[in-house]
Amino acid sequence: MKKMTKLAAGIAVTMAIAAPTVAQDLHFPMLNYRTGPFAPNGIPFADGYQDYLTLINERDGGIGGVPIRMSECETAYNTERGVECYQSIRGDDPLVLQPLSTGITYQLIPRATEDGIPIHSMGYGRTSAINGEVFNWVFNYPANYWDGASVIINFLLDENDGSLEDKKIVLLYHNSAYGREPIPTLTRLSEDLGYELIEIGVDSPGQEQRNQWLQIRRERPDYVIMWGWGVMNPTAIQEAANIRFPMENFIGVWWSGSEQDVGPAGEGAHGYRSLAMHGTGRDYPIYDDIEEYVVEPGLEAGAGDQIGTVLYSRGLYAAMLAVEAARTAQEIHGVDEINAEQMRDGMANLVITEERMAELGLPEFGPAFEVSCENHGGSGEAMIQEWDANSGTWNLITDWIEPDRDMIMEMATEDSMSYAEENDITPGCME
Amino acid sequence: MPDTLLFAMEAALNGLTAGIMYALVALGFVLIFKASGIFNFSQGVMALFAALTLVGFQQGQVPFAHLINAIFGTRVHHFGWNLPTLLAIPATVGVMVVFAWAVERFVLRHLVNQKPIILFMATIGLAYFLEGLGDLMWGAEVKRLDVGIPQGMSGAVDDLTFGLFGYGFYMDTLDLYAMVIAALLVAVLVLFSQYTKEGRALRAVADDHQAALSVGISLRFIWVLTWSIAGIVALVAGIMWGAKSGVQFSLSLIALKALPVLILGGFTSIPGAIVGGLIIGVGEKLFDFFMQPIVGGATENWFAYMLALVFLLFRPQGLFGEKIIERV
Repeated sequence: MKKMTKLAAGIAVTMAIAAPTVAQDLHFPMLNYRTGPFAPNGIPFADGYQDYLTLINERDGGIGGVPIRMSECETAYNTERGVECYQSIRGDDPLVLQPLSTGITYQLIPRATEDGIPIHSMGYGRTSAINGEVFNWVFNYPANYWDGASVIINFLLDENDGSLEDKKIVLLYHNSAYGREPIPTLTRLSEDLGYELIEIGVDSPGQEQRNQWLQIRRERPDYVIMWGWGVMNPTAIQEAANIRFPMENFIGVWWSGSEQDVGPAGEGAHGYRSLAMHGTGRDYPIYDDIEEYVVEPGLEAGAGDQIGTVLYSRGLYAAMLAVEAARTAQEIHGVDEINAEQMRDGMANLVITEERMAELGLPEFGPAFEVSCENHGGSGEAMIQEWDANSGTWNLITDWIEPDRDMIMEMATEDSMSYAEENDITPGCME
Repeated sequence: MPDTLLFAMEAALNGLTAGIMYALVALGFVLIFKASGIFNFSQGVMALFAALTLVGFQQGQVPFAHLINAIFGTRVHHFGWNLPTLLAIPATVGVMVVFAWAVERFVLRHLVNQKPIILFMATIGLAYFLEGLGDLMWGAEVKRLDVGIPQGMSGAVDDLTFGLFGYGFYMDTLDLYAMVIAALLVAVLVLFSQYTKEGRALRAVADDHQAALSVGISLRFIWVLTWSIAGIVALVAGIMWGAKSGVQFSLSLIALKALPVLILGGFTSIPGAIVGGLIIGVGEKLFDFFMQPIVGGATENWFAYMLALVFLLFRPQGLFGEKIIERV
């Protein structure tokens, strides 16, 4: 029976993707990467995103009664393929794009802006897109890279009685646009707070990092902050364990803090820390619904073996925020079948409260925040999680930590204004 | 002794061990190129596939579990038992031998007498096929590989260098094991090719296909044998690299590290692969060490290929490769 259900669902999804739109629906395209060197990270995110949308369809009959139509395009985390995916879906009434890659996001910003399709780059992409007056169609709530860097420094300030004077901090970064994103923030903060910042790049993919860790061993930094992705993360954690660097002083960004990153180092990864922009694990009421409406009928995405992992949770969170934005758009415009422009309005007016998160079965899973024309970046808050190798779980060790938003807004304004000048954009809110 | 010199010596020492790891990958390329003139693009993916298979056997994973579950609606993932490493390694070797047979039977046999570029293209196809097969059989998640080789700082090297220089050098115990294993592997390969009937047949085919065929050596058998040995070398490389950073798709990209090694050492020389690996390893570590303060590091990939390019200009056949002269 389950086999038949899955087969029928598969045929339905295939027909939905292949056939032109004949019924009212809301198209949520997915630019995923289930293949290539970054597939171990891309698969759980894609599964979480898809499972949440399936849940909304199966349990609620869609958003406001309008069914969700999903489509999947494989980018293999390759920028050119990401742009090709965009070209293939741009004419199919997509409501919102989740590029799932900083490189692809950078390429799509001018294209999607011209086509009037909103982009949600959650915790990645162009940081200065937080300035909604320049980037009308781009949203990066609830947090961006500069928020992440600032949250880590604020956490370290707390750990050091409010002073990082004369401390030595290494930034170990993926030598790419993504990896270099936190450098301006950490440099600015080093000038303000008096710590020494040492930047050490790692060539992609990052399997060989011996020189970097020899340098870290020589420099004897107080802390190492990691901005890594893919194989760079487990390699770095293994190397840190090898040189006996104290794991509690090794903190990764939220893209360096999944089960995939700590698993290969085994016991050596115990105590490693990373940012968390959301909760993780299956201890949330929503998983009862996912079990009932998605897993039991055999409708789960992929192999169904990623449910509750960090990156699955992130995909689920991204889908939840997209659905909430669509609901907001329906309320604002008084129509159920919204278009991309109306979706943009929903995103620009999104309000996430603690009460709403609890109603959705995700209490305290993500921060409460409001999006506005001026601020497309949410609250910027994040927590710190720590890996327990004995139980194989991530444990949250802090509450939500605020970034230095005044500084970030100042930097983002400067960056976005120069973008506006280069691209002949007149800053302002959309009517 | 000045600190900078000590640190440079430490970087060079670690470059030697990194070079051995690169040479392990390059060896597989050399073996197949020597015996059949094929540049095997799939060597890196073979290392990934072998490591995936080893972990799969160790953990008692059901092969093609995702496919089986999707078709039959079941939820099987594991057999419920773990295979000891000492059994899992021979089982993986068996799989690589079967793979070698399949390559000969379904790919190479149909391409006899084709130009090298055709065979090269076939190995590109093979690489893509093997990538997909690996994912389909064992899943795409990152897997921990533990075959009992210790990892972490070598206390012996630390003590020794501290006694000599007053500064303890860092060296990973895993890398020391890799050096010993690579030395053993090369010794076994040399003994095999010099003192066994099959080894001599392999060398005969490498020297002259036509002459080897005329004395009754089966080309098909030699190809299966060569690809089997390359599969075993790929397994060794997969184990050493997989133990460092987990078994995942990126493991296949280690082939990119082998290319400059091959250009330096020559495509037809086993000692060349070792020496080329050592030169690349030491060179990239020292270059990065001295250039890091100026350019911010991350020069290793760039340096290896630049060095290879310089070698191509002055010695295109590599240090130990055969000089190919074609009369036109």
